[in-house]
Amino acid sequence: MKIKSANKHRSAGANSEAKLRSRMRRWEAGALKNSLARLPERRARFASDSGTEIKRLYTPLDLRKNDYLRDLGFPGEPPFTRGAQPTMYRGRFWTMRQYAGFGTARETNLRYRYLLKHGQTGLSVAFDLPTQIGYDSDHALAEGEVGKVGVAISTLQDAEELFRGIPLDKVSTSMTINSTAAVLLAMYIAVAEKQGVRTEALQGTIQNDILKEYAARGTYIYPPGASMRIITDIFDFCRRRLPRFNPISISGYHIREAGSSAVQEAAFTIANGIAYVEAALKAGMDVDEFASRLSFFFNAHNNFLEETAKFRAARRLWGRIMSERFRARDPKSCVLRFHAQTAGCTLTAQQPDNNIVRVAVQAMAAVMGGAQSLHTNSRDEALALPTEDSVRIALRTQQIIAHESGVADTVDPLAGSYAVEALTDEIEAGARKYLKKIDSMGGAVKAIEAGYMQAEIADSAYRHQLAVEKGGRVVVGVNRFETAEQPVNKVLRVSPALEREQRRKLAAFRKKRNSRKALEAVEKVRDAAAGTDNVMPPILEAVKAGATLGEISDALRQLFGEHREI
Amino acid sequence: MNSKKRKIRVLIAKPGLDGHDRGAKVVVRALRDAGMEVIYTGIRQTPEAIAGAAVQEGVDFVGLSCLSGAHNHLFTKVVKLLRAKGARGVTVFAGGIIPASDIPGLKKAGVKAIFPPGTPTRDIAQWLRAAAKHL
Amino acid sequence: MNSLIVRRILRGDVGAAARLMRDLDDELPSARSALKELYARAGRAHVVGITGSPGAGKSTLADKLVEAARKGGKSVGVVAVDPTSPFSGGAVLGDRIRMQRHTADPGVFIRSLAARGSLGGLSRSVFDTVTVLDAMGKDLIILETAGVGQDGVKVAGAAHTVLVVLSPGQGDDIQALKAGILEIGDIYVVNKCDRKDSEQLTRSLGLALEGTSPRDGWTPPIIKTAAVLGRGTRELVDVINEHRSTLVRAGAWERRSLNMARTAFMELLETGLRGFINEECERGKDCRKIFGDLAARKTDPYSAAKTTLRKLLSKSPPPPSFKKRGCPPFSKACPPVPRRRGRRGI
Repeated sequence: MKIKSANKHRSAGANSEAKLRSRMRRWEAGALKNSLARLPERRARFASDSGTEIKRLYTPLDLRKNDYLRDLGFPGEPPFTRGAQPTMYRGRFWTMRQYAGFGTARETNLRYRYLLKHGQTGLSVAFDLPTQIGYDSDHALAEGEVGKVGVAISTLQDAEELFRGIPLDKVSTSMTINSTAAVLLAMYIAVAEKQGVRTEALQGTIQNDILKEYAARGTYIYPPGASMRIITDIFDFCRRRLPRFNPISISGYHIREAGSSAVQEAAFTIANGIAYVEAALKAGMDVDEFASRLSFFFNAHNNFLEETAKFRAARRLWGRIMSERFRARDPKSCVLRFHAQTAGCTLTAQQPDNNIVRVAVQAMAAVMGGAQSLHTNSRDEALALPTEDSVRIALRTQQIIAHESGVADTVDPLAGSYAVEALTDEIEAGARKYLKKIDSMGGAVKAIEAGYMQAEIADSAYRHQLAVEKGGRVVVGVNRFETAEQPVNKVLRVSPALEREQRRKLAAFRKKRNSRKALEAVEKVRDAAAGTDNVMPPILEAVKAGATLGEISDALRQLFGEHREI
Repeated sequence: MNSKKRKIRVLIAKPGLDGHDRGAKVVVRALRDAGMEVIYTGIRQTPEAIAGAAVQEGVDFVGLSCLSGAHNHLFTKVVKLLRAKGARGVTVFAGGIIPASDIPGLKKAGVKAIFPPGTPTRDIAQWLRAAAKHL
Repeated sequence: MNSLIVRRILRGDVGAAARLMRDLDDELPSARSALKELYARAGRAHVVGITGSPGAGKSTLADKLVEAARKGGKSVGVVAVDPTSPFSGGAVLGDRIRMQRHTADPGVFIRSLAARGSLGGLSRSVFDTVTVLDAMGKDLIILETAGVGQDGVKVAGAAHTVLVVLSPGQGDDIQALKAGILEIGDIYVVNKCDRKDSEQLTRSLGLALEGTSPRDGWTPPIIKTAAVLGRGTRELVDVINEHRSTLVRAGAWERRSLNMARTAFMELLETGLRGFINEECERGKDCRKIFGDLAARKTDPYSAAKTTLRKLLSKSPPPPSFKKRGCPPFSKACPPVPRRRGRRGI
């Protein structure tokens, strides 16, 4: 790696480069050749899961275009390759945040208290699919889905129960909610107000990333244009009222789960990020007013080196785009802060305990990559929702990395590794190529409308599948080292009785409330949405007036229409 | 009848609300590469829409994928609706996150095969080919 | 006397119709006799063909046309053709995804078809499927082609009204001129007109169409739509209906119907002949000898083809369904096929 300095040093550098090159050739013709003759390599070509070629050996020659101050710099300073913050984990560990939620609010509330008691430092709410897609628990399409992949929240009463006994000024709460984010955020604020907590004190994140829903995850409701408008309303509202809250978590996680490569994950996430910034600018906000609150969410997948490099590359790329393309002046606007979750798609149903080890390696990559918060998956998640025991092991995995491994004691410990730096450069360059292509299509929204991202992701997923099936790619316990085993029967089940209970509760709620007042409030939401007023204040009023999630979403559905799969 | 065999026609669908379509899309392509004609209905389909499409398309098989845990309710409903529409010849198979303990119940309800995560797609194609012989 | 399956189809039985379509696609001889009965009852539907390159938005447009037609009280059939993989013979039929919302509507019947061997994506079984839908009494039949390259052109002979769909950013401006689809459209649709570069496409399309002389009293208009946003689709439906009345007024409706019948007939004839020739060359020894002679430069392709054709035509080629007899016409073991039976397959 070159260090910017006086000319004579640079020519000295050129000299040593030539020397290195000639020594390497000698090594290749000698020691290497002999070794290969005795023992050929395991494969003709080595590549990561996502197809990035991995070289036999990385040397300073791979980094000759690299400039330390320009490309790496110092943690907490542009381009932020080495970390979002100067001291990183020496000051404070990442937030250990386990995504949880199932059944009714009451049950989930118990799981949260359990996790907080065991040392978890932030909440992460999983909502069930009807809640995510704007259907109340008693809607026909909710049948069979209530409380299954997360908690069912239809009313403010449900939200109150969810956070009962948890002081909202003390915890930070992340909510995986997208097309109905505005409603759930409003409910969160209303609960806080009832607890006597000022909105300014609220900390947390709503996912609110609709573009990746169209591209990979599928819980969209409205067409892209309408969704982008709601999102910018939320940005603006949070900027004014919830200054410590992240109004979006721009997510590559699900893009990767849907089968993308590491490069595509970084590229599409950042392309979506660009689209949100552009939408906010178009809505009249100044880049430095909101950019520092944008947060990201990435996947921590199997390939340790490539993943570490991916996080570093994404951070550098975003830093550069924010300062070069959007002319952000505040360095905080240029920092990519991210949550990571280990890769759910790598979990195997076979020999589920092996998943504990996979998760540990993936979590380590997230820490090496400088994650701000982390979720570690549980060993039994390829089978069903995790049991309490499994969740505890997953949390312990993070605690062991933090307290015992020592990797958290120095900042960005893999920096300077020839391999990691070369891969970091390669991923940034690969992502830039995609960004160029997406720009030429008119940006991320257009690329998604044209089905481009979806097709790219599906192609990668199929390539990966073929690689596994044709034997090249070993999955331990699945296509190699298989054992005859008993099927695991001890999995967490969500009782169908919960759905009935939730419906009953909802019916009672509807009976008790002042329906006329609630529906009038929904009308006001509709009016704001039809005009140009920010939709957040009327949504907040509506949930307080007893309007349900489904009623508010239906009003917007009628107005905006529904998006259909491309 | 021509000397060549009948083409196998399959409908792949995702009932319910979950949008995790990676597995479904991979199976769609794998079956195409196994020489079958595959109709994909996309995510978030009601059992009614799936059964209706299966009838209109005149398929031999309906493959259902669900990762949300709502499989017992949704798969059973699709099978029932197919029967009600007189599509008795249609064989239903499934995949997704299905706990082992749910499999006997689903089979009893008429889902002929369940392929858990990690199943090689060629196994699915092979099973379909074998099952098609009885059609 | 109508057979049971025909009676059920004429009563609107979707399952029976779907099964027959399948059997026709798979070339079951029993299905052909049912088709013959249905053929006599068909011929009333307005067939609208949609062609254009992949990704132009044909399926989304079809979806909107179905919606509009249903609002107008018409029953609709859709035949959506996707290409067959030349490697595996399989196909992904993904057009339905964009129209799936109409599945619950009993007035709509959507059928996906793989192009199978046919080059134009308009196989014999496409015509058969249209016939079944027509006999079922569908008022409007939308025929969406695979839209692969120049083969979409063939749709011109399979529909009363042909929509050519173009969209910006797909190199369509150049492709359109090359593929000859500028001669076949009754209506040109510039889809995705919300995109900035659509104006450019509309302009160059307008220039390219300039000087096109009216056909059947109709000058092809350019309609701008953004099907995903539902923009312009209502106008498009009006124009489609206008085209229909113009054809009827000009006495051209029958001419188009005749042309459609001709295309279907010729397609069948060609398929039959091609199958016959292929079989001949697979099984017969003569062809192998000819290949050898050609490779050795003992003869030339023109002379060889001429001799062979003359020889083939002196025999009566059996219709496609006769292939299963496994009797190459040149073989002495099988008696020559009588001429009048030869007509039956067509």
